[in-house]
Amino acid sequence: MRMELIQPFINSADAVLAQGLQSAISIENLTMEEEAYRRKGIAAEVCLTGEVEGRIIFDVDLGAALQLASRLAGVEVSETDEDLVREAVLELANQIIGNAVTTLNDQGFHFHVRPPVLHTAEQGSKSSEDTEALVMGFNTSSGNVFMNVALRYHRRRAPETAAVAG
Amino acid sequence: MEKFAPVTRSEDGQPVRYLIVDDSVFARKNLARMVESFGGQVIGETGDGVSAISEYERLTPDIVLMDITMPQMEGIEAAEKIVRDHPGARIVMVSSVGYQENIVAALQRGARHFVQKPVKPEVLYEVIKYVMRDDGTTARSAGAGA
Repeated sequence: MRMELIQPFINSADAVLAQGLQSAISIENLTMEEEAYRRKGIAAEVCLTGEVEGRIIFDVDLGAALQLASRLAGVEVSETDEDLVREAVLELANQIIGNAVTTLNDQGFHFHVRPPVLHTAEQGSKSSEDTEALVMGFNTSSGNVFMNVALRYHRRRAPETAAVAG
Repeated sequence: MEKFAPVTRSEDGQPVRYLIVDDSVFARKNLARMVESFGGQVIGETGDGVSAISEYERLTPDIVLMDITMPQMEGIEAAEKIVRDHPGARIVMVSSVGYQENIVAALQRGARHFVQKPVKPEVLYEVIKYVMRDDGTTARSAGAGA
């Protein structure tokens, strides 16, 4: 997958998680994944349509989700507050992916973002030849956060646009 | 949360009244906490563009904080419909999707300002003061953090 598509997601996750947690985060691993994605915690999925199509899964392990929700809500959130924890993950996904999409749009990639939905299946669909999936693992002070990005070019960009961006 | 000098309506000194429109309950709570820290009053919340229009009609808030990416009807379309019927409506778009075309589209259709998520309270505070300026509204003490 081209780095110009991925880098905005890394930068956005870094900025949004660091602001939300008020602490630094680091990327622990970056892997291409061919098998179906296995959910690790509470996950949200955002679909993109347009010149670039695909989906991004934002996946937070339970401990990290509880701390993120508590930090962002300004009150202690426990496992019993399931709705609030899910809402926190959905909103963080919305912010991280929305910020990345903003950067990509300003670079000349035009597509539309659908509202995030909970990704409840244990496994996602397999990536295919034309839909490369990249999994990013982030280490935060509150736990692990994963982002699975599977995007493909829906149609070729105009040569002059590609030359500028590429 | 940081303390801000209260922003009140110049006409009667009452708190600025807000309608918050976002499909995320979590985002609505966050925005509500922020505007309350500015001395504002949240008079309504809703989660999509269609109900935003009816809630505006019912409540006539001083300011609407409107998300863009929402189910049923997106925020830009809802803002356009509200402003068409209420040219004086003050709508501030609040969205994580802040690319140039989106911002221009929102402003062309009547939104007064755009704030990108994650929202920083000090940024939203300055925007609120800016969009309320035609009301003559000012904070009781100048600037944030007073």
